[in-house]
Amino acid sequence: MSKNLKINGKDHTIDLPDEVPLLWALRDELSLTGTKFGCGVAACGACTVHIDGEAVRSCQIQIADVWGDVTTIEGLGTPAALHTIQKAWIDHQVAQCGYCQSGQIMQAAALLRENPTPSDTDIDDAMMGNLCRCGTYPRIRAAIKTAAAALNEEV
Amino acid sequence: MASVGKIARRTFLFGAVAIAGGVAFGVYQVRKTPPNPLKPGEGETALNPFVMVDDQGVVIVAPRAEMGQGTRTTLAALVAEELDVAWEDIRVIHGPPAKAYYNSAMFGEALPNKGYDISDFQHAVGETLGQVGKLFDLQVTGGSTAMKDGFERMRIAGATARELLKAAAVNQLGVDAATLRTEAGMVIAPDGTTLPYTALASATTELSPPTIVLRPATEWKYLGKSMPRVDMVEKVTGTAEFCVDVRLPGMKFASVRRNPHLGGEMRRINGDAALNMPGVERVVELPDGFAVVANNTWLAIQALDAVEVEWGPSPLPATMDEMHAMVEAAFDAEPNSAMRDDGDVTTIPDSATVIEAEYTVPNLSHATMEPMGATALVDSDGLHIWTASQGPTFVRARCAELANLDPSQVDVETPYLGGGFGRRGELDFSEIATRVALAMPGTPVQVTWSREEDMTHDFYRPLVKARYRGAVEDGQAVMLDARIAGPSAARQALVRWMGLPSSGPDKVHVEGAFNQPYGIPNQRVTGHLAELDVPIGFWRSVGNSANAFFHESFLDEMARAADRDPLDFRIELAEREHAPSAGVLKAVKEMSGWTGETPQGVGRGVAMTYSFGTPVAQVIEITDEDGYIRLRKAWMACDIGVVLDPSIIEAQMFGGMIYGLSAAINEEITFTDGAVDQLNFPDYEPLRMHNTPAFEVKILKTNRHMGGAGEPGTPPAAPALANAVFDLTGERARELPLNKRFDFV
Ligand code: FES
Ligand code: FES
Repeated sequence: MSKNLKINGKDHTIDLPDEVPLLWALRDELSLTGTKFGCGVAACGACTVHIDGEAVRSCQIQIADVWGDVTTIEGLGTPAALHTIQKAWIDHQVAQCGYCQSGQIMQAAALLRENPTPSDTDIDDAMMGNLCRCGTYPRIRAAIKTAAAALNEEV
Repeated sequence: MASVGKIARRTFLFGAVAIAGGVAFGVYQVRKTPPNPLKPGEGETALNPFVMVDDQGVVIVAPRAEMGQGTRTTLAALVAEELDVAWEDIRVIHGPPAKAYYNSAMFGEALPNKGYDISDFQHAVGETLGQVGKLFDLQVTGGSTAMKDGFERMRIAGATARELLKAAAVNQLGVDAATLRTEAGMVIAPDGTTLPYTALASATTELSPPTIVLRPATEWKYLGKSMPRVDMVEKVTGTAEFCVDVRLPGMKFASVRRNPHLGGEMRRINGDAALNMPGVERVVELPDGFAVVANNTWLAIQALDAVEVEWGPSPLPATMDEMHAMVEAAFDAEPNSAMRDDGDVTTIPDSATVIEAEYTVPNLSHATMEPMGATALVDSDGLHIWTASQGPTFVRARCAELANLDPSQVDVETPYLGGGFGRRGELDFSEIATRVALAMPGTPVQVTWSREEDMTHDFYRPLVKARYRGAVEDGQAVMLDARIAGPSAARQALVRWMGLPSSGPDKVHVEGAFNQPYGIPNQRVTGHLAELDVPIGFWRSVGNSANAFFHESFLDEMARAADRDPLDFRIELAEREHAPSAGVLKAVKEMSGWTGETPQGVGRGVAMTYSFGTPVAQVIEITDEDGYIRLRKAWMACDIGVVLDPSIIEAQMFGGMIYGLSAAINEEITFTDGAVDQLNFPDYEPLRMHNTPAFEVKILKTNRHMGGAGEPGTPPAAPALANAVFDLTGERARELPLNKRFDFV
């Protein structure tokens, strides 16, 4: 019943039934509440985290099946040490209610890692699983482009 | 930092009277105030209900909930503009439920006028009537009112605090007040001595309220500019605390299930099997359902299925056909209102062309991104509740009643709202958390609704129908007669929130139709109320969202019947009544390069709605992509009068339009045996990144009175799109959602 997970570079032992989704281990067991619950059926992307750098829906992955190191929004950057993508989000003042934004940012981070110069279609394809009820899509698109440019300059 | 936990619950009034020429000169005598609702902790001083100073600087108390609309940022900017605080030093908290934070603009909105046509005198009457808000403890975030309400009050609060701090500096330095200036959280003396507010605040408590002069717009540093939102860093780092993120020592996690057959009872329940499941601790019975309490939200949600329960039937009509018939029947009954009746709609010249159309819009769910829920704790102090509410004073009253406590024993905290759109004005999610906490005294419980529970237990946008009749002659609109039928969301909500049954004309039911600034000489709008008890409520822009679809679709039909360009047709009609409304139409004409002609495979539509004091015009362009419709580009113009923060207003405008387009294309709630058929996003699909159009937004400021921003972007979206679909396909869509007849990318 207990499982060892590496999350944001730290080892954690989680004492929950195997089938509990990663999302709910993060939120309720570890109080990593930056990752959000929106639908529970892989339809909204609010719960997006990385496993070994790949964007996954944490509401769909049982803790027993987690195959690698987990990174959540808290591990991407912090208010004191913002990630380039988070800075781009601030530049474009993307968030409204903000509830979907952890998932949006984690999804965008995975996109930019795989594809440093995404076209509009690439952005559509990567981001279409992430809902935003406030309708921040135009600014998300702009922020991804700014982040891409900034990341390319960094390397 | 000061927390609301340290804030006393005493109600009190904070006011200022205009003197020496009054509002025009911005001179106010602040009323002598009784003690403040803010009960400062150690080392903190409350200068008034909106401004506190602690050892790190200024804390601004926002009386309205932040649900994405940027209200915290602009309310803070209003205070900071007068108080002279550096932007990066600003900290903002949400105020407790208190009379001091009543919404004065909300009652002004309820006046039976059209809005755009009011004189300055009526405007003043509206503001006075706004004072009624405080009698009802109307601390509400809604109706796009926060800035109208806060525009003077928050600046007065900032200026009052500044003058008190200066007065304290005068006492300390023995210099003339006129020689002092303020900057970046400090009072500065002529000799360069600086006294930080933190060092002066405690000396202000004995000082008398000052006379203040508000700074003219020409001197503004923050207002009128796009300020970095105060909630942005938290929201991009996952550190913003939403209601579902509250974590308390010993907290348990719960989920809820109520009778899916709305209004039906719970006949029998057996929770034994659920109690044997891992992590499950309690099954708590509710009047029409139950909650499972566990050590993990997911385990609680799983265990809901294991509870054996027998549900009673819903009193609602069993089929949609019956519901449609009940709305249609309302057309035959006496109208509830005739809020517009100009000229004579019964006599039509022989040479005129008469057209008729009937429209229908479906029930809609709010589907906020954060599902409903709340956290509550009952202990020896009373009830503590953390709830994402648009109306904390109502929450306090209702939950106190449920818990059999005095309202003074109820603490309400308002974390960030993961979307509101009108849903979070309701009290149900706070009530449920209170009931669960009452069953487990001493244990904090967080109740999170599943998406399915959220979607199936909403207060929906009503099912509404309209019958329009119009006449055109020589290219001119000569008559328009609109009849609108549906159940009354306002009447239901007033009973739910305040226990106030209402009668008389329902303005909300016909808003967006009766008050549109089009100078058609013979014009009547009547409202018919249907007796249909589906739980309905306020959905972003309320009556406007349905009525704008009817009104602006029909105007398009009239323009076509008159063989006129639909945009020019509107401009001409609006020019007769309201220049700002004509102005936004002209703006989108120019922005979109509108010619009235579109190439094969491209369609364009226009719509304009005046709502919440702001006219908004939209042009949308769609293309045919192998039989699928793609939304390519949208142009929007609004005239909001006083522009406090252009970036936030722009975001509200396109966000509002996307909300409206999502509904127009894909969203519909239907009922079978009184139970909602749509359970989760796959059944109720909003726009996403790949099918959202590109946007251009223009903000005009010719409007004489400040308009709202949070809602007016929504109403014109559906008709602009439906009109574009007509332009592309030649088929007129008179029923929403459009995906019933058309395929979209
Ligand atoms: S909560 Fe996982 S995709 Fe919606
Ligand atoms: S910012 Fe509110 S849901 Fe995306």
